[in-house]
Amino acid sequence: MKIKVKFFAALHDATGRRELNLQAQEGLTAGELYRDLCARFPRLADYGGGLMHSVNAEYVSPDHPLRDGDEVAFIPPVSGGTHAH
Amino acid sequence: MLIRITADPLDPQPLVEHVRRDESGAVVLFLGVVRNTNLGRRVLHLEYDAYPQMAEKELRQVAEEVISRWPISDIAIAHRTGRLEIGETSLIVAVSSPHRQEAFEACQHVVNRIKEVVPIWKKEVWEGGESWIEGEGQTTRQPQ
Repeated sequence: MKIKVKFFAALHDATGRRELNLQAQEGLTAGELYRDLCARFPRLADYGGGLMHSVNAEYVSPDHPLRDGDEVAFIPPVSGGTHAH
Repeated sequence: MLIRITADPLDPQPLVEHVRRDESGAVVLFLGVVRNTNLGRRVLHLEYDAYPQMAEKELRQVAEEVISRWPISDIAIAHRTGRLEIGETSLIVAVSSPHRQEAFEACQHVVNRIKEVVPIWKKEVWEGGESWIEGEGQTTRQPQ
């Protein structure tokens, strides 16, 4: 199945990419995809702890199974408040 | 309801006009502004990155959450992306309600929720370095 992955903020820096189209095995979960990508982009592994997962612009749990055509993003902690406080 | 994510400079006036109602005695307006220092460092500028489709969806959910919890009349939210200089506006929230108390509370809630769930990230650039900001003033690890 075809999956599109989007990288933002620190993950964009870590991969050097904004977007990646790849072929994945049926039944792969969002969390498994992240682990696979860490093998390809080792710097991604530095960010695993605080990440949330999204599929088609909705938050999902890491065990969410992916489907053909899904758009996946890994969401680093968002921008916090010190500048607005 | 008005939700906007844009790389263009933000002007609060259209948002204020959007939420103004004859039955609303209060309009609360919040501006998030780029500050010149953070954690004791002199900040040169900020860069905001966003996942626009998801950020719009999440902003809309935050707005709907607030409308269901407080008797407010309307709400408008605008967030800027890209490079912002010191003193520029990164976020605008305008909330109208019949009485001021609920508009103040709803506005504060919106700002807090935006910083928890909306996929927009802030990179701080200072002399000799830069870092993505994580949570309340923490910085992300910056592997080189």
